[in-house]
Amino acid sequence: MNAVVEAEGLTKRYGDHAVVDSISLTVHPGEVYGFLGPNGAGKTTTLRMLLGLISPSGGTATVLGERPGSAAALGRTGSLIEGPSFYPYLSGRDNLRVLATYANVRGSRIDEVLELVALSARGRDKFTTYSLGMKQRLGVAAALLQDPELVILDEPTNGLDPAGMRDMRRLVREMATGGRTVVLSSHLMSEVQQICDRVGVIDRGRMLTESAVQDLRGGGELIISATPADTARDRLTAMPEVEHVRVDEGVLRVRADDRHIADITRVLVTAGVAVSEVRRDTRQLEDVFFEMTGQSINTAKELDHV
Amino acid sequence: MSEIFRVTRAELFKLVRRPAAWVLLATAVLLSQVFAYLIPYLGYRGGGSDMLDGSSPEEILASTLPAQLVTNTIGGFPVFAGALALVLGALMFGGEYGWGTIKTLFTQRPGRVSVLAGQVAALAVVLASSVAIMFGFGAITSTAIAVGENEPTAWPGVLDLLQGFAAGWLILLMWACLGAVLGVVLRGAALPIGLGVVWVLGIENLISAMAGSMLSALEPLRDVLPGVNAGSLVSAVIPPGMVEAPPGVSTSVDGGRALITLTAYVLVCVAVAIWSSRRRDVV
Repeated sequence: MNAVVEAEGLTKRYGDHAVVDSISLTVHPGEVYGFLGPNGAGKTTTLRMLLGLISPSGGTATVLGERPGSAAALGRTGSLIEGPSFYPYLSGRDNLRVLATYANVRGSRIDEVLELVALSARGRDKFTTYSLGMKQRLGVAAALLQDPELVILDEPTNGLDPAGMRDMRRLVREMATGGRTVVLSSHLMSEVQQICDRVGVIDRGRMLTESAVQDLRGGGELIISATPADTARDRLTAMPEVEHVRVDEGVLRVRADDRHIADITRVLVTAGVAVSEVRRDTRQLEDVFFEMTGQSINTAKELDHV
Repeated sequence: MSEIFRVTRAELFKLVRRPAAWVLLATAVLLSQVFAYLIPYLGYRGGGSDMLDGSSPEEILASTLPAQLVTNTIGGFPVFAGALALVLGALMFGGEYGWGTIKTLFTQRPGRVSVLAGQVAALAVVLASSVAIMFGFGAITSTAIAVGENEPTAWPGVLDLLQGFAAGWLILLMWACLGAVLGVVLRGAALPIGLGVVWVLGIENLISAMAGSMLSALEPLRDVLPGVNAGSLVSAVIPPGMVEAPPGVSTSVDGGRALITLTAYVLVCVAVAIWSSRRRDVV
């Protein structure tokens, strides 16, 4: 399976300061890849390098097997980087017409993408009269104009109200149907958790981890409600498959692999323990994120106080 | 090549719908009409000759007739219309940075060189149209004056008209390209407009005046200035013996050298703009 985006040691330095520090990432075909990190982590700079807007100081990258920023790559990529940028004196439709002419896209495609982002009714209005949500939707329409294989969206829900965010999430999900790959950057963890298949977590220009969302969230303990708890704890402690057992607020918290759940349940039931619940304590992505970047956040707080 | 053609089409579409472009064209036409026709004609009708360097009313009237169409149309190009063209170039290229649309354009299929080349081509087409429109207004007004005053309506020869048109177009293109390169290098429109207008209306005149009077050592510098060469090119293509040379029109350098200098300015500006936009990050 060829990667849609592949970066190895991608670096951007301004003077001595590395804004992006040796990032490696892989985006697979057809997935929604979340690029997660706090403001100033280097997300936008990385995405700009993948689009050829910024030249890297080091490392290599390919987009759809091509050099970032090459005509071959840009012709198959749609993007919305750091907010929608359009001509204020043109209507939404005319803005798309300019881009369609640039990209050699047939005119009828403009109607299709306006329909897709629910802007058909306002397409002839000036861009300046649009709400922020409409501007973002027009940005998405522009990104889809070339019917691209890859869509790169930088903070697409920035500044949107809850309804706008919900609409944007729906749009991103729709985009990803039909084998299209979406790379999405965000500092909103709930958003990434809801939309993305895999995430890369970035902080201070460094990639902390790259993993499936489920894998990241699923690292939690098994929660077992069993009576009597003491007997259950003793039995589980004796099991070699169980790494760790503790009783917390009347429930057992067990560190063990999912494939041993059946054995754990059988051992407990055989020992006369009543088992009423066994479930995985899936963590919120937010918890995972703060676990990974806790050191950085504390340092940032200290710096804020200086 | 087809990429550049597509960009040119898109840029023309934008320019035609851009209010600022029309305001600048209207201002150029208005200035040309007021200073080339309205004021001289009012002077003639008032019978006064003091206002135009002691010329007789007949000479003043003759300066507004169709025979002087080339002079009256491009006489203001070295300074006033040139400044407006510089503003257009700065707005067109620098505005892309101000609105952030440069990143939208640079993430479409055409490469940066094609984008810049297409934009310059669109600018050249718009300026050629503007020069034609200004000639058209001049033709209408001068013919109306000639008919109203029972004067001859004979126009300049076709070759003179073509020469005047080409010279006017090159002058405006040169100033617009200077505005464009400032817009690209400074990544905005406001500062290039400010710097450019101060240069066109102030610094060039200052250097020219100093070189012509107290500091002749400045003559070599004066002779490569864009405005001086623009004025010299106008001087080379208009008929001699007019009432009073318009501001900026001079004979500091000969027409051939002026033509080469202005062409060199255009080429250098385009090259610098392309080099700058290819080399620099879009942040």
